Amino acid sequence: MKFSAVSNQSLSKSIKQERRQQWVVGIILALGGILVSLPFVWMILSAFKPESEVMALTPTLFPEKWTIENFKNLFVNMNFGLYLKNTVVVVLWSFVGLFLNAMAGYAFAKFEFKGSKQLFFMVLATMMIPGQVTMIPVYLILNQMHLINTMAGIVLPGLVGAFGIFLFRQFMTTIPDELLEAARLDGAGELRVFWQIVLPMTKPILAVQGIFTFIAGWNSFLWPLIIANDESLYTLSVGLQLLKGQYGGNFALQMAGSTFMVVPIVIIFILFQKYIIDGYTISGMK
Amino acid sequence: MKSFLANKTPYFFIAPAIILLSLFSILPIFVALFISFTDLDLVGIADWSLVSFVGLENYKEVVSDPIFVKSILNTLFYVVIGVPLVIVLSLAIALMINFGKARIFKAFRVVFYMPSITNVVAVAVVWSYLYNPHLGLFNYILNLFHLPDVPWLQDPTIAKISLILLALWRAIGLNMIIFLAALQGIPKTYYEAAQLDGANNWKQLTKITIPLLRYAIFFVSITTMIGWLQFFEEPFVMTNGGPLDSTTSVALFIYRNGFQFSNFGYAAAGSFLLFIAIIIITMIQFKIQNKQQDY
Repeated sequence: MKFSAVSNQSLSKSIKQERRQQWVVGIILALGGILVSLPFVWMILSAFKPESEVMALTPTLFPEKWTIENFKNLFVNMNFGLYLKNTVVVVLWSFVGLFLNAMAGYAFAKFEFKGSKQLFFMVLATMMIPGQVTMIPVYLILNQMHLINTMAGIVLPGLVGAFGIFLFRQFMTTIPDELLEAARLDGAGELRVFWQIVLPMTKPILAVQGIFTFIAGWNSFLWPLIIANDESLYTLSVGLQLLKGQYGGNFALQMAGSTFMVVPIVIIFILFQKYIIDGYTISGMK
Repeated sequence: MKSFLANKTPYFFIAPAIILLSLFSILPIFVALFISFTDLDLVGIADWSLVSFVGLENYKEVVSDPIFVKSILNTLFYVVIGVPLVIVLSLAIALMINFGKARIFKAFRVVFYMPSITNVVAVAVVWSYLYNPHLGLFNYILNLFHLPDVPWLQDPTIAKISLILLALWRAIGLNMIIFLAALQGIPKTYYEAAQLDGANNWKQLTKITIPLLRYAIFFVSITTMIGWLQFFEEPFVMTNGGPLDSTTSVALFIYRNGFQFSNFGYAAAGSFLLFIAIIIITMIQFKIQNKQQDY
């Protein structure tokens, strides 16, 4: 009887200690979280301040006078409408690239053909090549193909990617062969098998890859910067870089431009964060 | 006929991806190697007959270029300070999130991951504002605590650290998720057994968690190291290499020589040296990792 009372006491003591530790860790993380989100909060709040308020020497946290003037300016004084259109085109093309990755992954996963091992090795090898090495020759190759200053020149270099092909292949190897055979026996063509059976079965990986494709397309910066010579092909990030150069002192306008780029991604991320974060477990990135 | 079609199908499926990868990843390696031995520039692109072989001249010139040497030292500074910070911080945050039991801890994953998916230009623009010497938030906060202004982007050494801070902020999220995935893969029974033996939290961390995270730590350190060796966008957008080339990275040096000065041959030589450096450093890391496994 006495013994159990002692052990109860020590048990409740360890529970208390555990609870205290949970609180300490939670508070540290909360402080870190505030620190990490600070740039976002500051960006969004500054974007709604009039220019005079942003330039004031004692900054205000919340705008004294909320305004959407800065966002209007993006479209009136700068060509943000055009940049947005170009960015959307880049995003749409990158989804074509996603489809091509899925096709290649399917062939590597479900077909035995001459040279498949070597070709797959080649695909993986391209992951190790740093972008700085290929940057200049790709520019020269595109120049030979007369694709400088064209949308094709912007989207082609990054259209397919080894990592995407690899993920699709890994996932598609788990699709049972019998299922594909049955569909073929029913007279479905190869494209139809791929479109109506394989793709729907790859939904989890397709979701993760789709979100990442969208984010990468929306954020694409280097190739539009190198390939687009005139403004008509600028994407949002290149336009924002231009804005930083042209309106270097107008921070309110710059924050509006940044908010316009970042907030859609943040919304998409929060909506789909479960897929993204769980996606790492699916991708086997352990 | 049917078997003929069946043989062709996979090639039809891989053709677009293979063609694009060959054209924009494999072929460029050979083109880069070739032009690094030539004096190719803007004139040369227009008329290839004006391009001549210069042998190893580009390589000799680039290693004695004071800006290239400076960019190497800057890149090493980024790697030596940045990589350990990324690993330690993202691991610490992952451990803390994994330790938490309340639901709120799941929300922290989202908060810490957020910076890594946002556009680098937008982020650099925001941070330039935060770092602004007169109007920036950082100096204002320092002044509130009666601390002097910090020349965030004006002083050669502090500018490098400021860029590291920004890159660190962006890098934590992804690596934290990788560590979290690895942490969840550790069987709970190990900890239960350790608790029965009376091991405290610290013992459990150093004797179970860290050793079992060896592969994740190795993976993160290799990818982070390769990433920081190619450090480009942050200095490009925020400082454009300044002040006085004190933030110029090797990647920025290559970009500038290639696309601003149009010295394609010269830049290609620089890029090959970077490639070789990345391969050697990665191989050294694999060697070290293999040695550790012997124990």
